[in-house]
Amino acid sequence: MNEVYVVTVGLAGLIAAILGGALPLASRVGAAVALTWLSCGAGIAAAVSVLSSGHVISLSTTAILPLTGVTLVLNPLGALFVISISVVALASTLYWLGYASHGLDTRSASSALPLFVTSMLLVPFAASVATFLVLWEMMALTSLVLVLTDQSRREAARSAAQWYAVMTHAGAAAILLALILLSAHSGGQTFADIEAHARHLSGAVRGTIFVLALLGFGSKAGAVPLHVWLPKAHAEAPGPASALMSGAMVNLGIYGIILVGNELLGGGPVWWWLLVSLLGVVSALYGALYAATSSDLKRLLAYSTTDNMGLVLIALGASGLFGAVGRPTTAAIAMVAALLLLINHSVFKGALFLAAGAVQAATGTRDLDRLGGLMRRMPVTGVVFFVGALSVAALPPFNGFVGEWLLFQGLLHGLPTSNTSVVISVAVAVAALALTGGLTVAAFVKATGIGFLGRARSIEAAEAHEAAITMRLGAAALATLCLVLGLVPMLVLPAIERAAASAGRVSATSATGGWISLHLLGLRGVLAPSLLAGGLAIAVLVVIVIRRLTHRRSHAWPAVNPVEPWGSGRKLQTARMQYTATSFAEPLQRVFDDVIRPSRDLDVSHFVESRYYIERIAYHTSNDDVLERHFYRPFIASVRWWGQRARRLQNGSVHRYLAFGFVALVIVLVVVA
Amino acid sequence: MNGLTHVLTQVLVALFQVAAVAVGGPLLLGLMRKVRSRLEGRAGAPIHQPLLDLRKLFAKQRMRPRDSSWVFGAGPVVLVATVVAVTAVSPLVSASPPLGQSSDFFAVVFVLLLGSVLLALSALDTGTAFGGMGSSRSMTIGALCEPALLVAILAMAIAARTSNLPALVRVGISHPAVIASPARILALASFLVVILAESGRLPVDNPSTHLELTMIHEAMVLEYSGADLGLIILGESMRLVFLLGLFVNLFVPWGVADRPGVLFVGLGLLALVAKVCAVGATIAVFEVFTAKLRLFRLPELLAGGFVLALLGALTAVVR
Repeated sequence: MNEVYVVTVGLAGLIAAILGGALPLASRVGAAVALTWLSCGAGIAAAVSVLSSGHVISLSTTAILPLTGVTLVLNPLGALFVISISVVALASTLYWLGYASHGLDTRSASSALPLFVTSMLLVPFAASVATFLVLWEMMALTSLVLVLTDQSRREAARSAAQWYAVMTHAGAAAILLALILLSAHSGGQTFADIEAHARHLSGAVRGTIFVLALLGFGSKAGAVPLHVWLPKAHAEAPGPASALMSGAMVNLGIYGIILVGNELLGGGPVWWWLLVSLLGVVSALYGALYAATSSDLKRLLAYSTTDNMGLVLIALGASGLFGAVGRPTTAAIAMVAALLLLINHSVFKGALFLAAGAVQAATGTRDLDRLGGLMRRMPVTGVVFFVGALSVAALPPFNGFVGEWLLFQGLLHGLPTSNTSVVISVAVAVAALALTGGLTVAAFVKATGIGFLGRARSIEAAEAHEAAITMRLGAAALATLCLVLGLVPMLVLPAIERAAASAGRVSATSATGGWISLHLLGLRGVLAPSLLAGGLAIAVLVVIVIRRLTHRRSHAWPAVNPVEPWGSGRKLQTARMQYTATSFAEPLQRVFDDVIRPSRDLDVSHFVESRYYIERIAYHTSNDDVLERHFYRPFIASVRWWGQRARRLQNGSVHRYLAFGFVALVIVLVVVA
Repeated sequence: MNGLTHVLTQVLVALFQVAAVAVGGPLLLGLMRKVRSRLEGRAGAPIHQPLLDLRKLFAKQRMRPRDSSWVFGAGPVVLVATVVAVTAVSPLVSASPPLGQSSDFFAVVFVLLLGSVLLALSALDTGTAFGGMGSSRSMTIGALCEPALLVAILAMAIAARTSNLPALVRVGISHPAVIASPARILALASFLVVILAESGRLPVDNPSTHLELTMIHEAMVLEYSGADLGLIILGESMRLVFLLGLFVNLFVPWGVADRPGVLFVGLGLLALVAKVCAVGATIAVFEVFTAKLRLFRLPELLAGGFVLALLGALTAVVR
């Protein structure tokens, strides 16, 4: 029975891709969505059966890939990822039905999107090097097609796709190397063979493999400094595709790190996990800082993805560290925190990207400085974004808070310990977490407040219309899930614990409790999210009633009177007088000037008659990614320079090429002899 | 039957704490203003003046900017509700407050943050330059406060091996040495800096400024009137009392009711009032002799708070 699910995931996805490419315009998106849903449903069924029974599903055939064959195994860890991907995919494809008319109904897109979903669903199933790499590459290529959707209209989309293509393949090369090294040293290419042999490898080999895998998978998860593609590709991908990339695909980067680090290699020494934590700290701070200062809605969300993956890496690193110094309880809590943060991120970032896609579809822009007032024009989308923003800012009663609380508890109870490097790294991690939290709040107050509140800053925003019903449904479903998981995290905790246990070397249960409160086993830490939310709700009701009751003379005037806001005596205020995203972020940008190093251009032109009168002032500021500017661009330039030099060697003359061949042959002979 | 009386006492204690903070908040504002005016050589308004102001505000009409949305109306309500919710479950008067087992320091901080975020959003909802200015500045300060605050909590929590608030207070009663430990002292110093910054007191923000361009908090609430303004003043003052109450109970926990009984709760209230008034008056005296810092000098102050907290955390670990 379980095998039927697995086959259904793949087959339904394939048929969806074929139909999406073959059917006429009227029916292709509908058919593709229906079959993708079937594929996701089968994925969820398989995952639930694995998580509830604890038995793995395995399936292997030599009929598909020649030479190596396909090996598919689903363990509890993979099952958790399948569920998180399916949930985002179900919502995003529902949303796609309404979004399709905004340029996402071409044959290539309708074929690539189902294939993208299916390949993501199948990656956690892959249990051999060849299977894994094929699915991984399929995922990268189909998402690349989706990033390119808008390329005919937008130059930026083409450039984003180029960055994405190069970075994802550099990452894939690192992963390929790591997996080849593993299978070469263990004499087999299935993960079961590798797992059996990996612990006999020398420390240096294991370390090399882990670092390579960390680089490759880290680049997929958007870890700094390998993140440069992410804010470009996630921002340029059309609505549902960006939700899938940010809500589901980055998860697989983390999955890869757990797969190689914890499952295949079975954990490692302290320095591995210090490296992971360091990567996490840098990513979290860097992502949060750029999210706080960015004024492009989707770029902001993409940087926040880097930030959130940083938090997951911190939790993962902490789990490894505590495991390595013999603190299994806290190691388990940190691992559960990492997976919970990941699931939460999928849900809220999916909702946020879907809402941002709806805004872009309605107004044609992602520039926060041209938005505003959308809460009244697009109430459902506005509320979805609002809920997502509160979740990502880790505010109760939404889901982001529970994960962050668990991470704090894990770090707190991991101390004190005798290992100095662990102590210092945990202290640094907490400080980074806290600063990241503050910056994230600022970033999302800005995104919500400037984008959706106040007055419209452009005609497009003033005339925006609410998104189609399926788009609203898809986004609202994820927003509802943000609240549900925030109130009752126990819905997913048992599954997460099972997955954490299968990720290896951590004890099974760490945080349990009834439906109401969350107890940390063996430690003093209790959180009752639903009671907290209930108390808040009662307090809100009481305050509203008091506000009503004290309003005694309600018959004399309306309860709330809409008026012109105060303008320091000025009669008319225009929307241009409001704070923009750029001005909102200015104080923070100034505080972190040394890190971001924004380029500013102030151009003041005076009247020719007198220098005392100013004709116009032009102010331009841009905060391009500092790593891109100071590392990647010079690197690309130097590659180009060497390329130009190398061109001199090629002048088209056959004689010269023959001479090169001869010289090379002589050199080889000399070296060999 | 026993269970029912237990629940009833718990609810009563919660209501008692909320009522004490709701009345105490405006009175503390009045007291601080009184101390300031006396030191500045003025007679000053009576201490209960803020309560009279609130009564007046609640009878007045509410107004909202023409282009605002539901967020504008939700801001003040959520602000007060968050303070009420955390007040009910925190160890202010009693060391074993209702639901005390799940009253976690991190949770309390994040619930309070929800109120600040909603207020910052409603400031942006006004669609004016002042709202945006106040919101932007308060979020900048908030973002820089967060590290100091959370690391301070961590420092205290590591020493007590839990971040449960009643437990943190009780450990001070049972083991007074914990309070004198460098970890607790450094963390509380940092916590005090954060309280001053978060509640808009000098040297971070001037609560009695009348110049829009220097405002932070006042610029955010410029558009509120009537009951909404009343709720904001009430919420902010309750938050100040709540944070100061938490601070004093962590610093000098004696007097807090650590067993049930009307007598002990009454004593707990008296002790809380005395301690909070003392700290409030000290802050007021400090404010007379302090000038507001430039906005861009604030990061230095808050970074100082952060360093104190980090040192506290490190001493807690090393021991």
